[in-house]
Amino acid sequence: MSLLASFRDSARAKPILERIRARRGGPVSIMEFCGGHTVAIFRSGIRSVMPERVRMLSGPGCPVCVTSNADLDRAAALAKLPGVILATYGDMLKVPGSHESLAEVKAQGYPVEVVYSTLDALKLAAAHPDREIVFFGIGFETTAPAAAAAVLQAEAKKLRNFSLCSVMKLTIPGAKALLSMGEVNVDGVIGPGHVASIIGADAWRFLPEEYGIPVAISGFEPLDLLAATDAILGMIDDGAPDLVNTYSRIVKPEGNRKAWGAVERVFELRGASWRGFGDIPASGLALREEFAAFDADRRFPLDIPPSEEHPACRCGEVLRGVAEPTDCTAFGAACTPEHPLGPCMVSSEGSCAAYYHYKRQAV
Amino acid sequence: MCLAVPAKVLELRDDDMALVDISGTQREISLMVLDGDAAPGDYVLIHVGYAIEKIDEEEAQRTLELFAQMEEFNAPAPEGEDPFA
Ligand code: SF4
Repeated sequence: MSLLASFRDSARAKPILERIRARRGGPVSIMEFCGGHTVAIFRSGIRSVMPERVRMLSGPGCPVCVTSNADLDRAAALAKLPGVILATYGDMLKVPGSHESLAEVKAQGYPVEVVYSTLDALKLAAAHPDREIVFFGIGFETTAPAAAAAVLQAEAKKLRNFSLCSVMKLTIPGAKALLSMGEVNVDGVIGPGHVASIIGADAWRFLPEEYGIPVAISGFEPLDLLAATDAILGMIDDGAPDLVNTYSRIVKPEGNRKAWGAVERVFELRGASWRGFGDIPASGLALREEFAAFDADRRFPLDIPPSEEHPACRCGEVLRGVAEPTDCTAFGAACTPEHPLGPCMVSSEGSCAAYYHYKRQAV
Repeated sequence: MCLAVPAKVLELRDDDMALVDISGTQREISLMVLDGDAAPGDYVLIHVGYAIEKIDEEEAQRTLELFAQMEEFNAPAPEGEDPFA
């Protein structure tokens, strides 16, 4: 078995699970702040093998899901501007905005291109000098370096027909907003491994230090998640909140300084609107003045009518950890992955989709 | 969205690009935001077309051993010390 596959080895998982089960203590709620963890936890059946005292909660960790309808409406409007080709990651295509998804906009004949990487968006710009390539950029700290790198490359190659519509967000202000609201009790946090690979494990020390909440930075294999959960339970039961990095094969205490340096060079902080939360100050990344030539917001100012939400959709509450997808009357009925009413059912990392696909599955 | 996949570097190319193998599929990715050098044979983690970290194989091995023991792993690390060191 390869070294990396060992992290999926159920024989190795067993003793960790036994340790978790042997722990005695009161009921605890552990939240993961990463959509990738949400899926991994459901896929591996970890939720259902936890002892009764351990409640696993999902937080606002899916960038597709926290994108507001106002931003989705703006993307749709950009795609309809003459001469524009809108490029975006595939995850965004089917997310319903106020009135339509980008897939529906594309079906009407407007140019919406799905790309795997900003590198492909740059290629589109080079191949279509007579068109404006607007990249609709979502994502958290993990994805921001790819956007920053694209802007820097567009500048270096003098690609004047490439611009970025940035709706990128930062996870730490999001996590702080959620904890400050006090709606949901969080005793421990599974820290987002790939976010931490960029900003560093130490960036999550605020949880034990400011909130007294233990955090374990985790990878995405079953073993990683079980070990992180066990570490968190240990810290809770000992009353000794701290930060543990169980993903040290990837995550360094200081993160990837080069990648984050590129982000800081290209972007500055601004307020951003999160589904379920509203405006969170200094939680979004906007292009600096110096890169105005590559900023779709500055280059294509648009007047967008106020956005609307689907009246049945409870995505906002799901993202704040105060409602389970099954609390939504539309779940599995009016709202399915084929006909999603909200982003939490579209995105493969959305809680509603994860519930839909894995909930009934045996472990 | 923050999904990242391990890949083996096959060949370094111009413009900070590299050819990598992602579970049997070859793809050209960018090394532009990778901190440090990568050489053919190295394992890197790829996210949306960019290598974001090298995978530390020794650390992976050590982690597996620690997961198996777990006792010391749960003890809070002394000041300034990596719990995995
Ligand atoms: S099931 Fe559908 S409608 Fe209900 S909260 Fe989830 S995404 Fe929204």
